[in-house]
Amino acid sequence: MAQAPHAPPAGEPRAELERARAEPVRTPLSAKQWVWLALAGVALIAWPHVFDAPYQRHVLVMVFIYALMAQGWNVLAGYCGQISLGQAVYFGIGAYSAGFLYANYHISPWLGMLVGVGISVLVALAIGLPTFRLRGHYFAIATLVIGEIGHTLMLNWEFVGGATGVWIPIDRDSPWYSFQFHDNKLPNYYIGLGFLTAACLVVVWLERSKAGLYFRAIRDEPDAARSLGVDVTRYKLVAIMISAAFTAVAGAQFAQYVLVIDPETVFPLLLSILVVLMTMLGGIGTLWGPIIGAGVLFPLSEATRVWLGGTGGAEDLMIYGALILLISVFWPGGLLALLRRLFVRSGDA
Amino acid sequence: MLEVEDLEVCYGDYQVIRGVSLHVAEGEIVSVLGPNGAGKSTVLNAISGLRPPRAGRIEFEGEPIGGRPPHEIVRRRLVHIMERRRVFPYLTVRQNLWLGGYNPAARDAREETLRHVYALFPRLAEREDQLAHSMSGGEQQMLALGRGLMARPRLLLVDEPLLGLSPAAARHTFEVLRRINETGVAILFIEQNVQTALGLAERGYVLESGRLVLEGRSGELLGSDAVKQIFLGG
Repeated sequence: MAQAPHAPPAGEPRAELERARAEPVRTPLSAKQWVWLALAGVALIAWPHVFDAPYQRHVLVMVFIYALMAQGWNVLAGYCGQISLGQAVYFGIGAYSAGFLYANYHISPWLGMLVGVGISVLVALAIGLPTFRLRGHYFAIATLVIGEIGHTLMLNWEFVGGATGVWIPIDRDSPWYSFQFHDNKLPNYYIGLGFLTAACLVVVWLERSKAGLYFRAIRDEPDAARSLGVDVTRYKLVAIMISAAFTAVAGAQFAQYVLVIDPETVFPLLLSILVVLMTMLGGIGTLWGPIIGAGVLFPLSEATRVWLGGTGGAEDLMIYGALILLISVFWPGGLLALLRRLFVRSGDA
Repeated sequence: MLEVEDLEVCYGDYQVIRGVSLHVAEGEIVSVLGPNGAGKSTVLNAISGLRPPRAGRIEFEGEPIGGRPPHEIVRRRLVHIMERRRVFPYLTVRQNLWLGGYNPAARDAREETLRHVYALFPRLAEREDQLAHSMSGGEQQMLALGRGLMARPRLLLVDEPLLGLSPAAARHTFEVLRRINETGVAILFIEQNVQTALGLAERGYVLESGRLVLEGRSGELLGSDAVKQIFLGG
């Protein structure tokens, strides 16, 4: 582009000024991008029919659940800049709402999932209202503590099963009411894919909306955002509520997939850390980052268990600890930035 | 248009502003002067709501705004452009500008405002798809000013607009401030360099250690011995 001199004659409309009419945040997908998206969609729908062993399907079901949870963390931390280390609380609430209500009152887990979303959002508000008024790392520390409180509370709360957790009764007769599928894993696969797709659509909308711009403004320059009239606390609350809702849906799906839940599996600190690692590995603050991260990390941990013996040792964690170190030192944008650099020429992204 | 009376601001227990009064009339351009640590930025922060005052009265267009949250004050078209530019680094120039124009007072007219801003800063129009952090300091200052203008201010508070700029970029920024003022926007700005500031402003206020020590028309202040004493220690 030619370097124009500084002196600007006001008044005369120029061609480039006319472009100002377009919304600045809406960039339509190119034809090429549509083709790629359609291909990816067909591939994902066909995948479980090509790789149809139960274990192959299982890996993908778990990847979808983790990716949904990672996307939830990504909205709050990647876009809005609020680092949460207690996402397991929302996951656990989603899992217990679906499982406990079905096991004890025969309420459909679909409804239980909605209840879980509602409770998670309220808990998120209760966490956010006091802590978002603070600056710096107080929010991260508060979520870490709340995660541990949730875990301890569930271990000791006998009404919901205490340390034994909830055993969800098997129902083979009405799979759609009971949200359990015993013939094969296809329904779990497609439900997982559907919820993940819905979450990604929310993120696509965020990237193009006022709220999404506000999130990123709050993340990078909170004071400037305030000076421009952004109600910072309110938009942080919007971010944490979206995040909690995604995570609770993931938790409910998980409960109805494994059918046994206890505080150690759905409220652990490790889970909260895992979604952080996945998102950072894939690329924080990007649409695809959480999906790539979950798609690499979960199969990797499965593979290390197969190679190194599945005694519950920490080999997988050691490997992805090393991965995270490599990524943050050499490619701070995550795997996504690395892939872009390898495969996409500049200007094509 | 803006009336500030007996303003007091504290950081914790420490009182930074001790009874400052000032005013800005419709369409005026006024400078706040003073050495480092005098409390100039704190006064602007109190007016725009970023740092609520402990005591005193702040009125804008006849209505009290003291202690109101910033997003309510911006809606009244009182806009604060903070020190050190603070552009949003990973958003494009256009997204940065758009962010300034979302508040209810400016939203409906934002496309028109954007054209006005691009006419004032053609460089921003050329670089509208570029990420803000990849621009030079002078361009980022233009972006910060343009972003503030997107909120359609009637009074603009500008904190050290020339900080860290090359002489050429500083002259240009100055010229732009003058032009913004000529369109009827009142400006209250902070500047360390007395000569420069009073060359642009009609009047000036001099702060020292949180108190107002001098005020007057630019010509009077430039010739005054007291100003020389404060700034040159002579």
